[in-house]
Order: sequence, then C-alpha cells, then structure tokens
Amino acid sequence: MAKTIKKQQFDIMKHKLVPLHEIATEEEIKELLEKFKITPDQLPKILNTDPVPISIGAQPGQIIKVIRKSQTAKEAVAYRLVVESDK
Amino acid sequence: MERSRSITKKIGSISFSLLAPSEIRKMSATKVITADTYDDDGFPIAMGLMDPRLGVIEPGLRCKTCGLRVGKDKCPGHFGHIDLAMPVIHVGLVKSIRDCLRSTCRECGRILLTDKRREEYLEELSKYKREGRDNTYHLKQIIKECVKSEKCTRCDREVGKIELDKPTSLRENGKKLTPSEIREWLEKIPEEDLPLLDINKESARPEWMVLTVLPVPPVTVRPSVTLETGERSEDDLTHKLVDVIRINQRLQENRDAGAPQLIVEDLWELLQYHITTYLDNQTSGIPPARHRSGRPLKTLAQRLKGKEGRFRSNLSGKRVNFSARTVISPDPNLSINEIGVPISIARELTVPVKVTSHNIDWCKQMIKQKISSSNKSDEYRPSVNYVIRQTEGMKQRIKVTERNAEEVADKLELGTIIERQLMNGDLALFNRQPSLHRMSMMAHRVKVVPHKTFRFNLSVCPPYNADFDGDEMNLHLLQGEEAQAEAEILMKVQENILSPRFGGAIIGGIHDHISGCFLLTHKDRRVTMDDASHILAAVKYEGKTTKVEVENGKKYVTGKEIFSALLPDDLNLEYKAKTCLNCEVCTAPKCPNDAYVIIKKGVLLQGTIDENSIGAFKGKALDRIIRDHGMDAGREFIDNVTRMGIASITLIGFTTSIDDEDIPDEAKRQIEEGLQKAMKKISGLVKAYENDELESLPGRSLEETLEMEIMRVTGRARDMAGEIAGKHLGLNNSAVIMAKSGARGSMLNLSQMSGCVGQQAVRGERIHRGYQYRTLPHFKKGDLGAQAKGFVASCYKTGLNPTEYFFHSMGGREGLVDTAVRTSRSGYMQRRLINALEDVKVENDGTVRHSGGQIIQFMYGEDGVDPARSTNGAAVDVNRIITDIKEGI
Ligand SMILES: [Mg+2]
Ligand SMILES: [Zn+2]
Ligand SMILES: [Zn+2]
Ligand SMILES: [Zn+2]
Repeated sequence: MAKTIKKQQFDIMKHKLVPLHEIATEEEIKELLEKFKITPDQLPKILNTDPVPISIGAQPGQIIKVIRKSQTAKEAVAYRLVVESDK
Repeated sequence: MERSRSITKKIGSISFSLLAPSEIRKMSATKVITADTYDDDGFPIAMGLMDPRLGVIEPGLRCKTCGLRVGKDKCPGHFGHIDLAMPVIHVGLVKSIRDCLRSTCRECGRILLTDKRREEYLEELSKYKREGRDNTYHLKQIIKECVKSEKCTRCDREVGKIELDKPTSLRENGKKLTPSEIREWLEKIPEEDLPLLDINKESARPEWMVLTVLPVPPVTVRPSVTLETGERSEDDLTHKLVDVIRINQRLQENRDAGAPQLIVEDLWELLQYHITTYLDNQTSGIPPARHRSGRPLKTLAQRLKGKEGRFRSNLSGKRVNFSARTVISPDPNLSINEIGVPISIARELTVPVKVTSHNIDWCKQMIKQKISSSNKSDEYRPSVNYVIRQTEGMKQRIKVTERNAEEVADKLELGTIIERQLMNGDLALFNRQPSLHRMSMMAHRVKVVPHKTFRFNLSVCPPYNADFDGDEMNLHLLQGEEAQAEAEILMKVQENILSPRFGGAIIGGIHDHISGCFLLTHKDRRVTMDDASHILAAVKYEGKTTKVEVENGKKYVTGKEIFSALLPDDLNLEYKAKTCLNCEVCTAPKCPNDAYVIIKKGVLLQGTIDENSIGAFKGKALDRIIRDHGMDAGREFIDNVTRMGIASITLIGFTTSIDDEDIPDEAKRQIEEGLQKAMKKISGLVKAYENDELESLPGRSLEETLEMEIMRVTGRARDMAGEIAGKHLGLNNSAVIMAKSGARGSMLNLSQMSGCVGQQAVRGERIHRGYQYRTLPHFKKGDLGAQAKGFVASCYKTGLNPTEYFFHSMGGREGLVDTAVRTSRSGYMQRRLINALEDVKVENDGTVRHSGGQIIQFMYGEDGVDPARSTNGAAVDVNRIITDIKEGI
C-alpha cells in the first residue's frame, strides 16, 4: 500500500540551535579576503551536501557567513567556504 | 604587506607493504652462510655476519660495497641475506595468514564466496576506497562469511576448519600445516581475490608472509663493541642471527643427508623459534631468548616498542646540552624569580659570549680567573670553560685549564666566542615533570649558592606542583641573546603569576606566610619597636616611619601598621576575610572577629590578613596590586609578604603538636552522648525497616530510603562531634589558626582528629561488600547497624578499633585508586590534545590559524580577550568600575 502521509521536513534554519547562515555577497567576500589577507581556500570549509547549504541553496565556491550568538562576544561572525562533496 | 606563508608540504600517503623475496635478494650485498663473525686474527670472515660488504663500523676502513668510510663520507651500511633451508612463518603476520587460509579454498585457492557475493563485496570495497572511508567492518564481514561456507563453490572441496595455535602454528581440521604447505596454499590465491583479503595486489603477494629468505641488517645497525679487556661483545641482533644461521645450516645438512623426518621437523621448529624471537622476543606463548647472563635479548620489536624504544626515547624525546638536574629544596629568602644553583653545577654550565672591543678586557680577566677559581667548595668566582676560535670556517674548541689560562687569555682575539661559567643574574629555564601547563617551565634568575640542591621560594611550589620529599627538577641555560630576551618577556615567574586558565593569581603566600600574616594582623596584636624593626628589616623597608604607640615608656607598633608598609598608597579595598564565620547576622564593618578587612589609601584599618588577602587564587589584595601596578609590583608584593610572614611567625612563635587536638573530658562525654543518640536513631530506623513501618521517600525503594536516612544521621553525628570539638578549639590553638586562616588543613580535619571520623564510604554508599550478608565476621549476618556498615565513631586521636580501621582502609583505598586511574587517563587525553593542537596559534590580526595558514577562528575566543588578563573570563570588570566611580577615585 502506498504511503499516504507525505513526510514533512522541518525547516532546520528555524531551529534555535542553528545559527543564522547567509550567502556572502561579492562585496563582503572582497572585504573579508582583504581584511585577513587570505585566499578562499584558507577559510573553514562546509560540504555542499551539508543540510544548511542545501536549505539556503549555497553552491560550491560560494562563501557562507555564519552569525552566531557568543557567550564571550555576544555575536560572532564566521565564514565558511562551500566545497563539493566527494560523492 | 604580504603575509608570509610558510611552505608546507602534505604527506599524501604512506604505504606499508611486504618485502618480496626477490627484493630482499636484490638489495642484498652478500649471502651470509657462516655463523662466525671474526677469525682468530680479528678480521671479519667473508660471507659471515660481519662481512665488510655489509658496511664498516671501524673508522678508516673502507666498505667493500660502496668504497666509503664511516667518518666523513658515511657508508650507510648494506643489507645481506640468509637463504632459509625451509620456509618459516613470520610472527607479525600469522593473523593475516590465518584469515587468508580461512577464506580461501585449499584446492583451487579461490575465495570462498559465490560469484554474486564476490562481485557485491568488490563493489562495496571500491566504493569505500573512493570515498576514503574505513572498510575494516566489511573486510571482517567477508572473512566471517567465508568461514561459514562448507564447500568450495568452484571445485567442491570441503572447507576445513583452520585454527591458530599461538604463536606460529596453524592446523586444518586438527592436522598441523607445515609452513611449506601454507606457502603452497597461499601461492594458489589468484590476484583478483586479493582485495577481498585486504591485500594490495600491486605491492604484495600473500605467500610473502611465509619467509624463504631473511634479510640481514647492516653492521651499522648492530655494531660490535670492543671491551677494555680487548674482548669483542656482539649486539643482541648478531647473537640472534648466529643462532638462525647455525640451525639453518644443520637443517640443510640433515635434510640433504636424508635424515629421519622427526629430526628434520625438530630442527625446522627450532629455526621457526629463532626467527620468531629474532623478530619479537616478547611473543606470548614462547620463552624469550636469553643472553648467557640470563638477560632477555633486545631484538627487532624491542628496539622500536615502548617507552625505551626508538620512537618514544630517541625520536620524540631527546637529551640536551647546557642542562642540569638535581634535588630541590626550599629557601624562603630567595625572590620568587630567583633560583639557587649549586656551585658544582654553575662551574659546569656555560653561556656563550662573543668577544668584542667592548668586553675583551673583561673576557681576558674571566679566563685568567681559572687559575684562582680552583675548586674551593664554598667560594665561587665564575671563569671560562671553553674558548671557541673561528678561522676560515673551521671551529677550534680550546678547553681552558689552570695551566693554559694565561696563554689563552693573552692570545684572545676579537670575534672569538668564550663559554663563560654561570653568573648571578643569568636567565635559566626551570622545569618539573610532568609538564602539564606552561607554568611547569618558567624562567628564573640564577643565584649561585653552596651545597648540592636547587633552591627556590616556596610560593613557586604550586605552579610546578613540587614538594621537597625528594623531587628533582631540571634547569636549562639559554644560549643566545634572542632566547634570553624572549624568556625575559614571556617566561619569567612574575609574568606567569596570572593563570591563563581564569585570570587569577596562581602564585601567592602559602602555609607559614599566611599563618605569619594572620598572627601579625589579627585583632590588636602589637609588637615592641625592636621587633617591629626586625620585621620591617626583613622586607628592607625604607618608607616613612610607622605610627608608634607609647605605653609605660615602652614603644609599640601595631601589626596592622607593620603590614600596611607593604601596601601601595592608592590601595582601597573592602572584603570579608577567610576567618569570617558567616554569622547569621553579619555586623559587617564592625565584625567582632576582626574578619572584615578595610584598606584605605594603603593602610590596613581593620580586619585580619589571611588567605583571602595574600593567598593564590583567593588573595584580593594580591590580585588588586597585580591588576593596578603590574607584574613587577606583584612579584615584589609576594616577595615581601613571604618575608614578612616568615619574620613575624619566627618572632611571635608558632608550633603545633598532638595536644592541639586535645579536648576536655566534658566535651568527650558530650560527643559520646551525641553519638549514642545517633546510634539509637539508626537502630530505630533499622527496626522500622524490618517491621515494614518505614515510609519510602518519593522515587526510592525502601532499602534506598533506609540507606539515605542512615547516611544522613551519621553525617549529622559527625558534624555534631565536630561542632562540640570546635567549641573547645579556639584561636589560641595553632592547628585552628592554620585551618581558619587557610594556611593548611581544615576544620573537618580537626574534628576528625578530636571528635569523630565519621561514616566510611565506597562508591558513595555505606560499606556492604565482604562476606555473605555481612561485611566482616565480627558482625551478625544481616546486621544493618552503623558499626557493621563502616561508621567510625572513634577519632584519630584516640584511635580506631580493628573493624573501624578495616573500613577506614577500604574508604582510603578508593581514593588512591581513583587518583591513579584519573592521572593516567587525563594524561593520555592531554597528550592527544597537545599533539592535535601543537601548531595552532593566534596571529597578529587576532585570527587563530594553524601552520598551513588555515583559519580556525576568526577572532581568538570570539572576543579576542587573553584569559590571563581577564577578570574571571570577562574583558572588563564592571563592578570594579562602578565602585571606583562611586568612591570618586
Ligand atoms: Mg614529591
Ligand atoms: Zn658501504
Ligand atoms: Zn576450490
Ligand atoms: Zn562575618
């Protein structure tokens, strides 16, 4: 018998433990790379198959800006480079 | 500005593989057939174990393979080989051999899987390899599945049961397989089945796990030493190889001569034994091969394995020059960043100094001092041990002796380096193992002292976790200006007073420093002018004269006034002392116990100085001085507090002995009574439980309720005993002074000594293990009473009765076992953490990166605050700012 209930995926971005993720704009990226004098490959990575890049539609090569609540600094901004998964 | 990125190379992969017999022969410089090493004239025998083609160890001789010598051109040594008469199993690989036999057919050598299953597994494995995932589970699964099969699907041969008799013997259906048979079997396994057996078909064949040829390591690996008597002593490996060759020869002869099967088999076994112990002399199941003296031989595995092995002893850990190690002992008169170095060590350790036009006269004089410095044990005049002359890239190292000192000094040229002996004020790194945090290695200023131990201020014991029950510590001398400057700024003791863990002081007054300050400042203590001068002289006080009280023509100075001499003029503080009793109604500024400290403008107006003022972790005054006046002022304060504390305690007098734990008979009677009441209560509880009248607590069983109730009663009984004892132990008692001021010990320790030791517990429960239904045969079976379950009603002073003593030992052992387990486990965890994080550092822009330049954090700790400079982790101490503003400072 066919399943009658369509499984509803909870929007993970709405979960309180998932910090705010945004795809960084060209300008932000330029500023970031200049500020730290780095190339994108020196950033922390995130797989494109990770649930977050999937739900915000980030593609490999793009950079995600993560804004977290921080105990020490109230708000902390981090960046992650989306990379292609091996699969 | 371009950030300089260090060139890093990643190791792509390392592959370990089997050495093919053909490869062993190819790399071999010679076949080794003679078990002897040297002939009667002392020359190495050709095709023997010391054949000159295997490399040379004596200087001057030339290697017959590469023509190089040992000294300059370095002959690396060359392998040889032994052809084994019969094949032998490699001990390190028996498990793999067993798995290969278990999962293949003896007849056709194919894997014991149906074609379909075989394809599925191959597919799965290649998928895992592509994804770089761990495939051990699947490999194990393959073997399990093969073992289950009963018949080969290809040739119908029945599958035998393969068993491994440790260490090197294999049986099929109970019948022993000879290494030859095993090798033949393994040869049959086709290449395409190898991936399923976890063998890389490009680099190995399974039959190589059975040895037919044994590589002989070069002589450089197993050098022989000539003893003073002229006797030659061979390396353990050579000894073992001699055994192998000898048995190999006998086996060959016997087999060729057609000797009985039994004899050949025995020799074959023996060859197997020798080769097994040659590879690993600690193989379980066989006796280790021994030297003539009875010492087990150190063979290949033993060279690499364990703490004394190549990795941990020679590669990760190395010994260094310019270092010293000796026993430590205390010296309260040294500053916290000084270290007392014995003369005998100071004469041995050196610092290089370059001779320039500015210091040449001084250098000459230093060298000449060699003549007068001699070896007087109580007088130290630093001299020079070596002069290093550099001419055209050639280094010449001249040892300075009493005889040549004059000449060397006269010939001294500019640009030469002299290695001068240790002098007062040199910087040196001082270290105690285990080095668990950065404070385990700090820079101290050298002070040369007589006798044979390293000495330092007692306040520095906690960061090193040192005591003086025989501890030894290491000293390292800094050999360059850059290193010295770096240590000066980063590693001196005073730079490490604040812990990077929480931003508080970890160095402060301890023990007698606290007792001394307590005695000096408690209530209205005052000392005569003479004594006050003594105390102030100990801290070399040079400030304005203190306030003097005159009574009956005698001059007095209050203790608080004396202590105020150490406080900076702008210090304003108010806090509760450690001595505070936490009275129900705190009468704060007017505490009857003098436990509320008020310091105004650097003057101690009221309150007692104790652990909460000058101790590490808790010392408020200490903390404030470091924060407001810097590390150097902090160091000075600790130095002075320790000196003043010691001076006061010596002057006032302080002693503690067993009768400090004496309490009057009346108190003893009261305690006795209280304990009896508690016992009665417990037996009441037990009776209620036995009669089913006990009401269980929510969520607990009846038994649990009873235990909890009893534990509560015994706990209260001990508190009661402590309270009664405490009433009779006042501040006129030295032990109490130490406990209340935080110098050492606690009131609990005291109440256990003079009141009642209390309930002993194992795993947080009353003691219940032992005999059937009882802990000891002294009690009735099923006894739930206090005494039968580990309640110690006696105190340490009167002594424990035998059953109490037994229970107390049980409780005590748990503590010991816990600490032993904890240290080893946390030690290993720390080792792994350090290895993982060793190249991570905070860059100048605040980011945290590792050596490859990868960013790990965009801002250290997300706020960029150095925890050592924080107040309990916060960047800003808001409360401090508010009070400062309120007070209008
Ligand atoms: Mg010790
Ligand atoms: Zn050579
Ligand atoms: Zn078969
Ligand atoms: Zn109080």
